[in-house]
Amino acid sequence: MSDVVERTLTALPSLLSSDPSPGRPSSTSKLGTLIRGITELTSKHDEEKLIQRELVSIKEQVSSPNTTMRQMKELMVRAVYCEMLGYEASFSYIHAIKLAQQGTALDKRVGYLAVSLFLNESHELLLLLVNTVLKDLQSTNLIEVCMALTVVGQVFPKDMIPAILPMVEEKLNHPKEIIRRKAVLALYKFYLIAPNQVQHIHSKFRKALCDKDPGVMSASLHIYLEMVTEKPESYKDLVVSFVTILKQVVGGKLPIDFNYHSVPAPWLQIQLLRILSLLGKNDRSTSEMMYEVLDESLRRAEMNHNITYAILFECVKTIYTIHPKAELLEKAAKCIGNFVLSPKINLKYLGLKALTYVVQQDANLALQHQMTIIECLDHADLIIKRETLELLFRITNGQNVKVIVEKLLEFLRHSKDDYVTIDLGGKVTELAEKYAPDNSWFIRTMNTVFLLVGDQMQPDIPNSFLRLLSEGFESAEEDQQLRLLAVDSYVSLLQEQPARLPQRFLQVISWVLGEYSSVKEGLEPATVLRLLAPLLDLRHCSSETKSWVLAAMTKLSAGPACLSVAQELAERHGGSLDTTLRQRLHELQHLASDGELLRRVLPCSDGLEPLEVDSTLSFLDGFVSEALAAGAAPYKPPHQRQEELAQEKALSVEPYGLSLPLSLSSSSIAGRLSPTVLSMSSGLSGNSTELSPKGGSALRLEGVTRVWGKEGYLAKAALKPEEAAKTEVPCPLSVLQEGGSAPRTPVVSLPAPAPGPSLQAEREKQQLASCLFMGLGSQGAAGPCLMGKAEPTRHGFRKKVKGQGSSSGARGPSGDSASSSPSPLSAQSAMDNLLCSSPLDSGSTPSPADSAPSPADSAPSPADSATSPADPAPHLPHDLPANNRPCDAQEDLTEDTDTSETVVEGNSVAVVDPYDPEPLCLSPHLPEELCGLPRSEIRPLCRDASLVLSACCVRTDHSSLLVVFVSNASDSAARRFALQMTSGDLEVSRVRGGPEEEEEHVEGHSVAVYQYSLVPTRPSVHMELAGRASYQRPDGEPQSTPFSYGLSLPDFIRPLSVSTEEYGRLWLASSNDIKQNLALLSQEPDPLRATLHRLRDRLQLNVVDIIASEGIVACQLLQGPPCLMHCRLNAGCLAVWLRSSLPELPDCLLYHCQRALAQH
Amino acid sequence: MHFLLLFSRQGRLRLQKWFTPTPEREKKKIIRDMTAMVLARKPKTCNFLHWMDLKVVYKRYASLFFCLAIDDQENELLALEILHRYVELLDKYFGNVCELDIIFNFEKAYFILDEFLIGGEVQETSKQTVARCIEASDMLQEVNVFNVLSTLACC
Repeated sequence: MSDVVERTLTALPSLLSSDPSPGRPSSTSKLGTLIRGITELTSKHDEEKLIQRELVSIKEQVSSPNTTMRQMKELMVRAVYCEMLGYEASFSYIHAIKLAQQGTALDKRVGYLAVSLFLNESHELLLLLVNTVLKDLQSTNLIEVCMALTVVGQVFPKDMIPAILPMVEEKLNHPKEIIRRKAVLALYKFYLIAPNQVQHIHSKFRKALCDKDPGVMSASLHIYLEMVTEKPESYKDLVVSFVTILKQVVGGKLPIDFNYHSVPAPWLQIQLLRILSLLGKNDRSTSEMMYEVLDESLRRAEMNHNITYAILFECVKTIYTIHPKAELLEKAAKCIGNFVLSPKINLKYLGLKALTYVVQQDANLALQHQMTIIECLDHADLIIKRETLELLFRITNGQNVKVIVEKLLEFLRHSKDDYVTIDLGGKVTELAEKYAPDNSWFIRTMNTVFLLVGDQMQPDIPNSFLRLLSEGFESAEEDQQLRLLAVDSYVSLLQEQPARLPQRFLQVISWVLGEYSSVKEGLEPATVLRLLAPLLDLRHCSSETKSWVLAAMTKLSAGPACLSVAQELAERHGGSLDTTLRQRLHELQHLASDGELLRRVLPCSDGLEPLEVDSTLSFLDGFVSEALAAGAAPYKPPHQRQEELAQEKALSVEPYGLSLPLSLSSSSIAGRLSPTVLSMSSGLSGNSTELSPKGGSALRLEGVTRVWGKEGYLAKAALKPEEAAKTEVPCPLSVLQEGGSAPRTPVVSLPAPAPGPSLQAEREKQQLASCLFMGLGSQGAAGPCLMGKAEPTRHGFRKKVKGQGSSSGARGPSGDSASSSPSPLSAQSAMDNLLCSSPLDSGSTPSPADSAPSPADSAPSPADSATSPADPAPHLPHDLPANNRPCDAQEDLTEDTDTSETVVEGNSVAVVDPYDPEPLCLSPHLPEELCGLPRSEIRPLCRDASLVLSACCVRTDHSSLLVVFVSNASDSAARRFALQMTSGDLEVSRVRGGPEEEEEHVEGHSVAVYQYSLVPTRPSVHMELAGRASYQRPDGEPQSTPFSYGLSLPDFIRPLSVSTEEYGRLWLASSNDIKQNLALLSQEPDPLRATLHRLRDRLQLNVVDIIASEGIVACQLLQGPPCLMHCRLNAGCLAVWLRSSLPELPDCLLYHCQRALAQH
Repeated sequence: MHFLLLFSRQGRLRLQKWFTPTPEREKKKIIRDMTAMVLARKPKTCNFLHWMDLKVVYKRYASLFFCLAIDDQENELLALEILHRYVELLDKYFGNVCELDIIFNFEKAYFILDEFLIGGEVQETSKQTVARCIEASDMLQEVNVFNVLSTLACC
């Protein structure tokens, strides 16, 4: 066969007469002239002129009716060239489509190419291509079919997929493998842009996977990788096939054609390894099937070529992702070692990357390569340096934090890339909050971060910093010290050069000074005022910052000295055009002169009693009714206004749609802490969003416990810091054993260093190494090589995912677990850490008090009282009896790795099989007001020895409520019961109960009912709610059980009652549409009506009108935008057209419509 | 894969392919950033770069820089080999490919790319198959359909 090709190849030049030799530039072509013309020019200006002239001439020619398709092709190539140089040639887009439509095969090819280069998926002209593609797909010319499939695999309008889908599916059975392969890739593209539309052809993907042609099979792996990433559990049955394929590939069973530098199909191998790693993650039995082939892969990849390294790297990743096997881990570790030690810089980079990935599971590996890491830290290549810092970030603990943060800051100082700056700033903050050895270091580090990162900083950094200062942790003394240090450093910063400080930092400074300058004795408020006042004169100072400054000054304005400052300011800035500023000045002046009022408005309290706020603004009722009587328009919430606005203008204004919930939560801040709620007259405006001054949202105190939700007061926040002290106190036994000498990590033994100056450098490096890897060494000392151990280690330095911190909160005394957002809790744990690690500072000379760093000592929290006080070796959690586990092990239950397993053995809690058909007679417990409402079945959530949790979803007109029943079957009460729920797609908030007690009990033989309001944040077909119930058994043992609850979109769909006219307006105002044919209930006498009524009953849609063969249907996402559906009878099926202002909504709804009509 | 750029040592763009929809302005910024970053790299540094949250893998072949952006979790070495395979394909087609071939026949370079990568994924790794496809399409120019079909039959 290859002979034929060879012959064709040699014959080729003579065949292509118009283009004498395939590669060489043809001097006669116009493109050639253009290109040469450009290269001869010297200035950018001349080039621009030339291209503009060229474009004008192209434009003229393409629109001339006399231009042949052949000329058109040539023109298109030139237009593409001009676009590549950065000049717009949008006039040619339509002609590119025309060329694809009308040209002969070769012209067509250029037309399709131009289309795929010019247009992106959302371009409206692309719709014009659909017919052409359709025609070419049906062509008998294979090349035309290929071209059509190629373009479909690159750009295709999402809405038109149904039009060509059957045709593409059909091509999966084509006799030519090239067509089958391209069809699979086109389907892959469809899967990426509209997964719901290809759901029904999953079985065909399987067929493609079994295709006899390796090319088709490897193309299908793209789809599988995508699907497995999304839902690994559904594809476990394919593991055997994947393993077999990989085995064959590795064994060289594929045609030699697929070899790349004599390595068999490397792309295919890597794709398979990726899929396997996803499937084997946290799954022992599946992983066991892979060990053999992984071993084989490692063994075979011996050649000294980049591509084998690429395979090795992927193997290592897979081995560390799946359920571990000692033997393989050892080999993988050796592999990483080879990478790291390689003189080739690319491999070194990859080695570092692999280490970063692996070090969370096996810190020892980093230890083995410490000298290399140190070298990389000073590498001339910044990329290597950055990757090394990333690695160091992962191995940070309480002992090496100072050195590592110093290294990070050093890099930060020289970084010019904004993205890197922001990223590293966040990392330093995280480390500082987690591991700060003492208060002054913490304040100093944070000051540096604020200075270096400046105003690009993520807003949550200043937020959590301020929260940390304000809420403090259990020792009031420490809190005061921290605040004092902050005040001290800020005063001196302001005295130096306030003009150079970034805005965010100025805001933080003014808030802290306003709040805590009283902590410092001898610091007169007037002095602080004089320091703050000049900030108002700074030219670069934004009006938002000025508001912060003024708010701080207002808090301090007591006494006659302040009055004079206030008056002075008022004179100077009274004429400002900024109304917020003027208002605040006025307030300041007023409050400064009236000390009594000041104390009432801004009570100076030490604690953080949340201020009682009347969120319904009932005190304004009189005012409102008066205004209404006087003819004022009634209040409409912003989203309603928005919709009306949209109707009027018929323009999409979606970007503003989300403002309401955000601004509400931004003003829900406790007490006088926030400068954003100080505005005295805000109530008068009658609009709650006015509460925060403009721009105030940029520095929202997000971290603050939420006291107010949409439904009003949620529950009293438990402000006491919850259970503190994790045993991640990084104070390894070795410190004590070594008799107080500084902990030293085993440094890799080096060859005897050469005498001379290099000796000194070597020593320095070793010193650095011992600083950097401090705290990791204790691990090595704890036992033999840990590489082969079966569970990921529970190190203190293990990076915590922010959201997961929230589940730890459930065990704390805080009652309103559901209403608190996750971030405050993680900040909380960071604080705990800060505290825990502070005694460590004196770690080298252990005082009696320090020598027993038991969790129970440092954290007298009730949750911990049961934990054994003794063992300070958190690195050996599985050696401890389950109930003796230090609390960080508990902490780790939230980690997804081995949750269920540990839960079972540790706490004798069994996760309930969701299909447990146990009859439940819980419906009588349903709250009265919810009885008549539609609801889902009551499903069991989880169960343990004493408690059974069940839940159902109740739909009211304006909300969806999750009702959780907690039935306690045992004799004793479950104390401190708390529920914690989170979801990526839903906003969950507790509804009933008013201010909660801090501790809730579920008495024996009783049922407690909890209600949560669910609001979708974005629509998706299915939504998952993950939760955790925690309580204390009578013996004081804390218990915690995870559960999950699945909801689907119809739970959040409400009928929308509109008139036909209103519907028309809404229709025009919505932009995202999607069309599809649905099955019709054709047996019924009136199919259209029956079908629509089925949809109405199943999905709560409102059938607005049915006129002849058309029907219009409307619904609304709960607290979200409407979705409209237009249905028409068309050739035995129902052609539906959905529109909404929310892009995902029609797609998801369509899916459920299909489902509703499919079920009989 | 997010995009593939080819540019000369002078920073002149020779070929661009965007696998994910990118607004025009962003494209210009990326092209500017990429040429600046890649051209500023010193010799003996690694072939990888960070750009925002993407990894950029680049390699210089004679006077041309090939530069491919991938996700962070993708395999950098493999990306490097994708570039290499593309160069091999160009070389096979043009026969001892040089920058001028790509400048003057950039549409051919695009055709080859489209047979090799599609929608940001590797479509065909067999060098022979890709070459055959391109030739089969090229022959449309002059030869009748029958001949072409017979060539395709060899694919």
